[in-house]
Amino acid sequence: MLSTIQPPRYLSRFPLRRRTKCRSLHILSSAEPLTKTSLTDQSQILSIRELLLSRQLSAVELTHSYLDRLKQTEPHIKCFLHVSDSGKVLKQAQEIDDKIKRNEEVGPLAGVPVAIKDNICTADMPSTGGSHILEGYRPPFDATSVKRLKDLGAIVVGKTNLDEFGMGSTTEASAFKVTANPWDLSRVPGGSSGGSAASVSARQCAVSLGSDTGGSVRQPASFCGVVGLKPTYGRVSRFGLMAYASSLDVIGCFGSTVADTGILLHAISGHDSLDATSSKREVPDFTTQFTSASSLKSRPLEGLRVGLIRETVDAGVDSGVKSTIQGAAAHLEQLGCILKEVSLPSFSLGLPAYYILASSESSSNLSRYDGVRYGNQASSDELNALYEESRAKGFGSEVKMRILMGTYALSAGYYDAYYKRAQQVRTIIRKSFKAALVENDILISPAAPSAAYKIGEKKNDPLAMYAGDIMTVNVNLAGLPALVLPCGFVEGGAVGLPVGLQMIGAAFDEEKLLKVGHIFEQTLQGYNFIPPLISNGAFA
Amino acid sequence: MASKLFRTIRIHPFLLCPTALFSSRNVALYCTMKSSQTQTATQEKHQPPKVKVPQHALKKTVDKITRDYEAIIGIETHVQLSTLTKAFCSCPYNYGSQPNTSICPICMGLPGALPVLNSRVIEFAVKLGLALNCKLSLNSKFDRKQYFYPDLPKGYQISQFDIPIATGGYVDLDIPLEFGGGHRKFGITRVHMEEDAGKLLHSGNGAQVDLNRAGVPLLEIVSEPDMRTGIEAAEYAAELQRVVRYLGISNGNMQEGSLRCDVNVSIRPIGQSEFGTKVEVKNLNSFSSINRAIDFEISRQAQLHSQGQGNQIVQETRLWEEGAQKTVTMRKKEGLSDYRYFPEPDLPEVILTQEYVDSVHNSLPELPEMKRRRYENMGLSMQDVLFLANDMNVAEYFDATLSSGADLKLAANWIMGDIAAYMKNEKLSINEIKLTPQELGELIASIKGGTISGKIGKEILFELLAKGGTVKGLIEEKDLVQINDPVEIGKMIDKVISENPKQLEQYRGGKTKLQGFFAGQVMKLSKGKANPGLLNKILLEKLNAKS
Repeated sequence: MLSTIQPPRYLSRFPLRRRTKCRSLHILSSAEPLTKTSLTDQSQILSIRELLLSRQLSAVELTHSYLDRLKQTEPHIKCFLHVSDSGKVLKQAQEIDDKIKRNEEVGPLAGVPVAIKDNICTADMPSTGGSHILEGYRPPFDATSVKRLKDLGAIVVGKTNLDEFGMGSTTEASAFKVTANPWDLSRVPGGSSGGSAASVSARQCAVSLGSDTGGSVRQPASFCGVVGLKPTYGRVSRFGLMAYASSLDVIGCFGSTVADTGILLHAISGHDSLDATSSKREVPDFTTQFTSASSLKSRPLEGLRVGLIRETVDAGVDSGVKSTIQGAAAHLEQLGCILKEVSLPSFSLGLPAYYILASSESSSNLSRYDGVRYGNQASSDELNALYEESRAKGFGSEVKMRILMGTYALSAGYYDAYYKRAQQVRTIIRKSFKAALVENDILISPAAPSAAYKIGEKKNDPLAMYAGDIMTVNVNLAGLPALVLPCGFVEGGAVGLPVGLQMIGAAFDEEKLLKVGHIFEQTLQGYNFIPPLISNGAFA
Repeated sequence: MASKLFRTIRIHPFLLCPTALFSSRNVALYCTMKSSQTQTATQEKHQPPKVKVPQHALKKTVDKITRDYEAIIGIETHVQLSTLTKAFCSCPYNYGSQPNTSICPICMGLPGALPVLNSRVIEFAVKLGLALNCKLSLNSKFDRKQYFYPDLPKGYQISQFDIPIATGGYVDLDIPLEFGGGHRKFGITRVHMEEDAGKLLHSGNGAQVDLNRAGVPLLEIVSEPDMRTGIEAAEYAAELQRVVRYLGISNGNMQEGSLRCDVNVSIRPIGQSEFGTKVEVKNLNSFSSINRAIDFEISRQAQLHSQGQGNQIVQETRLWEEGAQKTVTMRKKEGLSDYRYFPEPDLPEVILTQEYVDSVHNSLPELPEMKRRRYENMGLSMQDVLFLANDMNVAEYFDATLSSGADLKLAANWIMGDIAAYMKNEKLSINEIKLTPQELGELIASIKGGTISGKIGKEILFELLAKGGTVKGLIEEKDLVQINDPVEIGKMIDKVISENPKQLEQYRGGKTKLQGFFAGQVMKLSKGKANPGLLNKILLEKLNAKS
């Protein structure tokens, strides 16, 4: 089936190869003890490295293959707001090839094509945050995470679409375009990092960076059938990330495997002198634990205490999602985990607290977009009119609504009733998660109450859209790390829609999440999380 | 509250003709000497107001009116800190550089840029908090103060709201004698850290923004409403300037805007306990404008009150117009502005340990108030005390001179007299003169010990000031040792007397004034080296002996 993709020339070699041939909608099979053993199954980044260093493939060939697929698929999926100049990208690839030829050291991410969410600053290309107010804006600096990726040899292929400044759950709130879900082009990819999730799902890049303020990495990962990793607050520098809600924002990772997100996270983690909220904690090398599944014991997670959050499989959650998550929980039990239901009574408070805090902070963070120093300026002779018009024209309605809500919540006379109270709720939530993570090694839940829904379905019902964030916002309020990985499918679209399992860990314990997630992924049988539209070359 | 603390009676509770008063000793009030810092605000000269001073009679009636009222004055002071880099980024700040040459993504508020606190700001804030006898908050935080203005790049100012780093202190000062003298203690409500905004430059083609100053660290000092007169307010500001200069945390220059004072003035009938409506006055670029603006404002408000128009005093911001010597309405306040303060999420809390505070406390220099009390206890007059302690470098010079063994009074006189005059003429600071305190001590000792005469001492002083060198070296080089030998002096007197028989005759004829003539001639002959006391004694003997 892969040979049907013509061109690219190199796809027969990379990276869509999968050993197991199976339909997407398979039920968890316990029949054959199949394990995933090829390097590609474990990590695209590691297999790229092996192919390059063993000289089976050149970086230029590799880059061509990705660029070709990007060119074919992009008109249908619309992941990117800006695609890097192919000449520049190929030149970078050539430099890597030259280094390898000269037997020089290349970075651990050499030749790895990455996409960057457009609210993360990149020095040499536009960074709009998905907003008209920054149309054409080119930052004079790279975000710290981007700089670190470039320093390690990664190649930035473009800037991905998002809900304006990260405010939204569908990517429909982008000022520029609507991104489609590669599993069903009539559906949303989730958001706000919809472009980053869809681009990995569509194999337009190997890995991508997103940002997660209330679930903006995890929910689109779930909708697109890819792995999404939201690190602990402070693990990754926010310098260069356009602030939405500073106390909640983190830069997160997308990959097609758990190992890829772990390797990507490792590359961007660690203290940054340019971000006072970045942690000085040492970053453990969680890139070495991605052992091949064939070397695993029969019950590799023996004794691991897993708590399924009861409130996340309650009413209001799609029944298909519920049963998929229960299937995933059963799989964890098979791997040796001790499964327990835990109740977090404060869970439902997270959503209103989140929307008050995030809106409050955003109303402040977005004040800088006034049209005075950069971005689009409305022409006016009078100062207030200049502000009003620049902002009225520059911001979309979702952003305006959140600025208004936040301004209200911070106003004299309302501060105590809203902002302060939400902070108190946040403290309660943080404590309850901390306690639950003392009794459990990890907590699990769905990443979203449903699979991907139709474009336009919730566009005029913001409350329904906000309600979709219930699974993820608490984790941001508590500042914890969480990993979302595809664990099954529900009916929908032509081939079914992927469902993501969310694993929540203790602060700064990404290592455990990645280990558990990797084992779960490598032992999960019978699923193929490459969208058929991509693997069967429908756009070729 | 503060009135209880006053140790002396105020002589002029409300000075309504401050200009007249100021024209006399204005310079002496704040600072008579140039400090080591360039171009100081304290060295201000009184500029004659361009309006006519009100007629004497009118002035008297106003004076009378104001005596029925008490003024309540509080001051908000912004001190620009002299850190090498800005508060939250690594841009340097230099006053007067080309617009927008000292900016970066952080102080421009570019998307994605984050503030990182310069730890020196904390250190300076702790220093000032301690120097102002405040209680320090070991756990404080930054907040965002939100408003839109083109000079505010982020749309909010990083400041401190409900938990300032220092609270509840006071400042001690002495009012110069010419303004009634006396000690004062004024309360300090709070000291907090914040960042400065940029500047708007208005030109023909509209307004432009210069962000060089954006993000420069400030300390805002809020006083208790303890001051009652313009002089007290000006002295309070001058004391803050001395303190920040002693601490080395700011150049305190008012003209450059490194020290900015906004004053709040209200009046109430004497005996009333409620405060009147307060008016804020801005644009005060010198101590004398603080003084004059306040006194103008007091008389304006008192006149309105006395004419039954007290309700026309409204809460507003007024601007001091230096040229017209009056305050004018800048903007009326429409209720309280809502700055929507909330905790700055980009910066961690500011946590101080007691050990840190103690270590800063131990490193504080001797502060102006301590210096003044020490000098006072040494026996110097208050006028000398105020002069010497005004500038830390002068005080240090004085202290060093004393520690080289010099006589207290003589050292003070030399520094305040000839040395100060020289510095003023040559526009030098005390750190720039070539005379070391040790040599000044030597010079004083040489005169006192009779090695050289006072006159010669003065001559070589100017040589030492300009060229340096040692007293001993100069005396030797120029053969300036005083002649104390009566025989030698006698011989010179004889020579002069014999060469001037006419004058001798006149002297003996009763024109005894001619003694001066003879003394001068002898001194000339001795090249100024003859001991003048001895000379006069022997001269008198010889002139009178043969009569």
